[in-house]
Amino acid sequence: MKTYAYFPGCSLEKMGKSYHLSSMETTRALDVELEELEDWNCCGATTYFHIDELLAYTLCARNLAMAEKRQLDVVAPCSGCFKNMVSARKHLTHDADLKEHINEALAEDDLSFAGTSQVRHLIDVLVHDVGLEEIKKRVKSPLTGLKVAPYYGCQILRPRKDHEDVEQPTFFEDLLAAIGAEPVDFRLRLRCCGGALILTNREAALGMVRNLLENALASGATLIATACPLCQVNLECYQTQVNSEFGTNLKVPVLYFTQLVGLALGLKPGKLGIGSELVSVTPALAAAGNGAGGR
Amino acid sequence: MSAETTTETRLSFVGEIGNLLHAAAGNPITTCIQCGTCSSTCPVASGGYMDATPRRLIAMIRAGRKEQVLKSNTYWYCASCYQCTVRCPRNIDIAELMYALKRYTIWKGQYADDLIGPVFSQTFVQTIMGSGRSYEPVLATSYLFTYDFKDMLQEAAMATGLMLKGRMPLLPPRIKRLENFKRMVRKIIPAGEKA
Repeated sequence: MKTYAYFPGCSLEKMGKSYHLSSMETTRALDVELEELEDWNCCGATTYFHIDELLAYTLCARNLAMAEKRQLDVVAPCSGCFKNMVSARKHLTHDADLKEHINEALAEDDLSFAGTSQVRHLIDVLVHDVGLEEIKKRVKSPLTGLKVAPYYGCQILRPRKDHEDVEQPTFFEDLLAAIGAEPVDFRLRLRCCGGALILTNREAALGMVRNLLENALASGATLIATACPLCQVNLECYQTQVNSEFGTNLKVPVLYFTQLVGLALGLKPGKLGIGSELVSVTPALAAAGNGAGGR
Repeated sequence: MSAETTTETRLSFVGEIGNLLHAAAGNPITTCIQCGTCSSTCPVASGGYMDATPRRLIAMIRAGRKEQVLKSNTYWYCASCYQCTVRCPRNIDIAELMYALKRYTIWKGQYADDLIGPVFSQTFVQTIMGSGRSYEPVLATSYLFTYDFKDMLQEAAMATGLMLKGRMPLLPPRIKRLENFKRMVRKIIPAGEKA
């Protein structure tokens, strides 16, 4: 069994609770252990970087240093936390002065950053560490007939973390295919959901959400799969606002990839947090012949 | 590079902005060829919400139009999707440039009054400084009262829906080693009450 340090991030404590539950359940079923970092702090989101860059990196460094203390690589299910930790690690590793300065502050909490732990996104762990073949082998109820729009969003890929393909990635489609679902050709899969603009620049963000929802439907999808709590909330919870703003009648269910993988592995929907959606997923799942609809 | 040929001894505006970034590394703004890839790839600029496209904003910085740049709403409309950054043929990290401009205007206290972003960011930072974690209900106060009545009701309805589904926090979370955390913060920003 492989063990990782787990950084849930603030969103997964409440708004994205189902992402947390399904991450824990699904990884357990795949013999991966996620050990939650004790006393982790907020990664700084996007907003901290609007105020002070040094402090923003210090916040990330504290979490990284705690993972290093446990001698584990750190896994983030949230694309925002993931991106922040990757860039903090990169800058601290490349800039000795920055590292020294931040380490002086970390000493106040008996911590120190060295750069020994890698930062991983949860979907990457499933696809590359567990592996698609292994997942295929463990599927008990394939999601046959379920047409899913794989929504990558932004920060899972961008800015480039290493050598990944930021223009034509396929890992999300591959994962969906491995669990028997049908990934549709979703043209806007890499296009931004608006992120925090949904709060600060509402009209612009609602328009972005509308484009994504309409494009997913036009691609033949009955459900959108996401790998980020902010994307999930923007795409799912703001559909009422989108409909009122643009006179549309959109009703598109949005699940986390971990929930879909969990269903395929035969886990109970309730254990995966299914049923806490504002837009019900039951019709989409039932239509695809999978009776595992939420309640 | 005509923008660099200022006769003054102090740093030119483009030099100032170029050096605001990446903890220390700087950003090669002066190498911009004005190709417009950033603007055409930006999901917000294409909606017409930014008063200057990213391409135009870079041109304004290079031309030293400081006042115009500080008044622009462009960077407060950046959602940090980094599409411009990965596509720029000159390797300018445009999304980080937008972050830098946000910081610059907050330091200067010179952002447009009708923007929610600066207040939201400052509220967010204060929340984390106090508890180590973010808490949606406090954050909501920074934007909710700028909405019109209809939008406010929609937000309230959504919050209620989320609460019924167990997706809204009732109590603010806080980390355990908060005193250590606050001392750590004060090492970086030596301000506020003493430990």
